[in-house]
Amino acid sequence: MDSVVFTSVVLSIISASTPLLLAATGELVTEKSGVLNLGVEGMMLVGAVVGFAVTLTTGNAFIGILAAALGGALMALIFSVLTLTLLANQVATGLALTIFGIGLAAMMGASFVGQPVGKLPALDLPYLTDLPLIGRILFGQDGLVYFSFIALGGTIWFLFHSHAGLVLRAVGDSHDAAHAIGYPVIAIRYGATLFGGAMSGLGGAYLSLSYTPMWAEDMTAGRGWIALALVVFATWRPLRLLLGAYLFGGITILQFHVQTLGLGIPAQMVSMLPYLATIVVLVVISTDRSKIRLNAPACLGRPFHVSG
Amino acid sequence: MRLEIIPRGARSQVWTYASPLLAIALTLATTLIIFLLLGKEPLEALRVMWIDPLLTKRGFSELFVKAAPLIMIGVGLSLGFRANIWNIGAEGQYVMGAIFATGVALYFYDVESFPIWLLMIPAGILGGMFWGAIPALLKTRFNASEILTSLMLTYVAKLVLLYLVVGPWKDPDGYGFPQSRLLTSAASSPHLIPGTRIHVGVVAALIVVAIGWFLLSKSLLGFKLKVAGQAPRAAAYAGFSTKSLTWLSLLVGGGLAGLAGMFEIAGPIGQLTPALPTGYGFTAIIVAFLGRLHPVGVLFGGLVLALSYLGGEKAQIALGLPAAVTMINQGILLFYLLACDLLIRYRISLPTRKVA
Repeated sequence: MDSVVFTSVVLSIISASTPLLLAATGELVTEKSGVLNLGVEGMMLVGAVVGFAVTLTTGNAFIGILAAALGGALMALIFSVLTLTLLANQVATGLALTIFGIGLAAMMGASFVGQPVGKLPALDLPYLTDLPLIGRILFGQDGLVYFSFIALGGTIWFLFHSHAGLVLRAVGDSHDAAHAIGYPVIAIRYGATLFGGAMSGLGGAYLSLSYTPMWAEDMTAGRGWIALALVVFATWRPLRLLLGAYLFGGITILQFHVQTLGLGIPAQMVSMLPYLATIVVLVVISTDRSKIRLNAPACLGRPFHVSG
Repeated sequence: MRLEIIPRGARSQVWTYASPLLAIALTLATTLIIFLLLGKEPLEALRVMWIDPLLTKRGFSELFVKAAPLIMIGVGLSLGFRANIWNIGAEGQYVMGAIFATGVALYFYDVESFPIWLLMIPAGILGGMFWGAIPALLKTRFNASEILTSLMLTYVAKLVLLYLVVGPWKDPDGYGFPQSRLLTSAASSPHLIPGTRIHVGVVAALIVVAIGWFLLSKSLLGFKLKVAGQAPRAAAYAGFSTKSLTWLSLLVGGGLAGLAGMFEIAGPIGQLTPALPTGYGFTAIIVAFLGRLHPVGVLFGGLVLALSYLGGEKAQIALGLPAAVTMINQGILLFYLLACDLLIRYRISLPTRKVA
């Protein structure tokens, strides 16, 4: 493979993986605190439309990205109030969040469909970005790509090397014990869920500001659900999330290349690849029940209420 | 002042039924406020969305036509939800039922003397069951979450549909549009009331409610589902197999979704098109919860959500609101419902002063 093709394939894989990595990192932290938020798809869509709309109106992508994170976090706040304060079923509330998010995003974005927006500015360092083969890959990405790695690294440090992270994991593994020691279970879960929402919002913003870049209804096309599956695939370990996100980014790009090869496989069949791969990956990981049981936060999806 | 949430000793029967009514009232109130903010005349808008659709014979009958698939799918889902089996891929099972039914209709395209739609009924059910069986197998055999697998299969089913209507099943006389041939009258479910679109599928939905009600309240199966959902450990002690309940929930849920898809093809839509999946499978989740996971409740829940579709259409035409308003409304309704359900198991009271 010549170097130009290699570079462009790697660049496209990075850009397909970034939204998944951002959203899945957020959801991993949420789940580590014991909260299962199935509303990732809805939060991503709201992030996508808010990021796009604010960038277009203000002309400033940075403000747009901040607004997208805020939009995702506000969606997560609705979820948190319902499940954490009002003790609603987490599965049902997550579904409601997705239904609501699809509708809300479509309504907010109605006047933005088909409008162009400038792609996020990419890093451009003298000499380094022009290096052959790896220059563009390492030194020519946009801010959200770098941020996805920083956020992942920060998450690993936070969860496994900080006291606050230890507390968060304790809350996810045994909320009763954590409460007995005196940790504010509900407040910690609020924080973790809002972080998850903000990261989903960023994942959405990456889609509408860099990957496509434009706004279209339902443009996430199931990526929120794939991000949820990635957390299971990673067995709740952040480093494996990186592997999973890039595996799926790779599959998404493979899809386009298979279509151009002209093997006579119908386009629709090829488009099924990411969804089928998600199922296969879930099956492979879940078969080992003990692995899931060892790694899943023990209180995942269970409501917590202080009685008496 | 902070309110306290205090567990009740037993589930409140009153709030089980009052909660959906309160949720509907709160949703209407929220809609009023949204209309005010949008600068529309709120009461006028409310009348357009919730009352106008019911005023004509045609409109009133459309309510039942729209509600039929929601009720069928909702009854199936509520069985599984009772046992904590989360089939959220009913949309895909609905599409697969429609595909199987269309296959039968196209195979017998030249037959005019026999009511082909009767053969399409089992085909639709089988299609939906097939698509529900996959997550059931993956769950029982490999422990894979049915939530994610059934949802992924929804995307796959939509792509299968797309492949068929641009490929092998594309209407040769369709000017290149991605859709199948129009079904013949032998493959259409007969209309029952002149001047309306009420068809056999509407009656089928009522039969589904009756059978569901019977199964749930009069059979051991209904009891098992209840126990499995509310006290999984007790269910295990009693020897109820989670595996068989998983299979049952997904097969029944899939089969009924497939039946709904079949009747949409044989009824209001009349051919396989990419416009078939409109989210009934997801809306039916709200229907199931609004109906208290009970078939008779689902009947009412289906009518309410069907009205929200009709009202949404009216609002687009009369008030110039975007189509997404329907989904937003449905999402808000489910939010309120889940919040109000707190009152079934907890009561809210002012904090009692504790003496130190």
